[in-house]
Amino acid sequence: MHILVFTLLVGLASFLAGLLGALTGLGGGVVIVPLLTLAFHVDIRYAAGASLISVIATSSGAAAAYVREGYSNIRIGMFLEIATTFGALVGAWLAARVANNAIAIIFGLVLIYSAYLSSKHKEERRDDLPPDPLAARLRLDGSYPTPEGPQSYHVRNVPGGFSLMFAAGVLSGLLGIGSGAVKVLAMDQIMRIPFKVSTTTSNFMIGVTAAASAGIYLGRGYIDPGLAMPVMLGVLSGSLLGARILVRAQVKPLRVLFSLVILALAVEMIYNGLTRRF
Amino acid sequence: MAGPPAKWDDTRVEEIMGKLLQAGVLLAAAVVLVSGIFYLIRYGNTLPHYRIFRGEPQDLRSVPGIVRFALGGHSRGLLQVGLLLLLATPIARVVFSVYAFIREKDRLYIGVTLLVLAVLIYSLVWGRA
Repeated sequence: MHILVFTLLVGLASFLAGLLGALTGLGGGVVIVPLLTLAFHVDIRYAAGASLISVIATSSGAAAAYVREGYSNIRIGMFLEIATTFGALVGAWLAARVANNAIAIIFGLVLIYSAYLSSKHKEERRDDLPPDPLAARLRLDGSYPTPEGPQSYHVRNVPGGFSLMFAAGVLSGLLGIGSGAVKVLAMDQIMRIPFKVSTTTSNFMIGVTAAASAGIYLGRGYIDPGLAMPVMLGVLSGSLLGARILVRAQVKPLRVLFSLVILALAVEMIYNGLTRRF
Repeated sequence: MAGPPAKWDDTRVEEIMGKLLQAGVLLAAAVVLVSGIFYLIRYGNTLPHYRIFRGEPQDLRSVPGIVRFALGGHSRGLLQVGLLLLLATPIARVVFSVYAFIREKDRLYIGVTLLVLAVLIYSLVWGRA
C-alpha cells in the first residue's frame, strides 16, 4: 500500500472514529491507537503519538462550543491540571520503559472500563452538601445554569479527586489518549461536581494534559508528521461534524454499537498483547 | 468567595479562551492541510514505514530543528510546524490564564497556573528523556 492510499484510508477511518466518538460522547481518540495498530499495523509508539495529537485537536476544537454553555469551571480545571500534567510527564516517561505488549494490555483494560462507564445512566444529582474547607480555600465552588436559574455547588474530597487526576494524567501520557472518562469519574463521583460541569471542565483539561506529554513524545520521535496529519484532520472534522448533527441524531443505538466496537478492539488488544504480537 | 462581579469576569475569560482555542486549532489544521497536500505530492507513491519503530530524525524532534527543516522547504517539516501550532494552542490558553488571573488579582491561581505552565515548557524544551 502506497502512502497516498494509506493516508486516505487512515484519514477516513479517523473521520469515522471522530464522528462516532462525538455522537456517542465517548470521544474518538480512544479508538485511534487500536485502529492504527490492529488494522494498519502501525507501531504502538507512532500510533500513540498521532492519537495524542488528535486528542489536542478535538479538545481545543470543541472548547468554544462548551464555553458558550457556561458550565465549565476554570479554577477547578486549572487546579486539577497540576495533577494531570505531572501525571502526564510520568506516563510519557513510563511509555519508553514499559514493553509494547504490556502497554497494549493496559490499553485494552482502559477501553473496557470506558465502555462500561459510558453504559451507566447519568443523572444530575442535586445534593446539598455543606462546603468543604479545603475546596472553599481553593475557591473551587461555583454555580452553573439550569432552567430554574443558577444552581450553586460545593466541591468535596479534593485530595481524592487530585490523586485520581494524577492517575488520569499517567494513563494519558502512557497510552496517548485524553482519558476523559477517568477525569469525569474523578470530578463527578469523587469530588461530587455536577455532571455537566465535570464533562465540560474535563474537555478543557484534556488539551493541556495531552500537551504535557506531547512535548516528550515529540522529543522522543513518536510524532510522525505523515501519520499524524490524516489522523488529526480526520478525527477533528469527524468530531466537529458529529457535534453539529448530535441534536437530531438517534444516539442510543449508536452508543451501543460503538461500545461493542470498543469492546471488540479491547479484546483484540489484550489478546495480541498476551500473545506478544506488538 | 465568588461574588457576582468575579463570576462575570470568569465567564468573559472563558469566552475569550474558547475563541483562542478554536482559532489555534483552525490555524493549525489549515497549515497541516496545505502542507499535507505537498507531502502527498512528494511522498504519495512511496511506501509507509510505520510497522517498525525507528523514531523520527533529530530534525523533527525539537522546535528549532523543526523550524530549520521547514524553512528549508521540506514538506514533512512544514507538517510538523502545523502540529507544533496545535501543541502551542493549549499552552497559549495557559499563558492567557496567567494574564486573566493577574487581572483578577488572584495570587493563589497565578501560582497554580504558572506551575502548570512550567510543566508544559519543561516537557517541550527538555522533555527528551
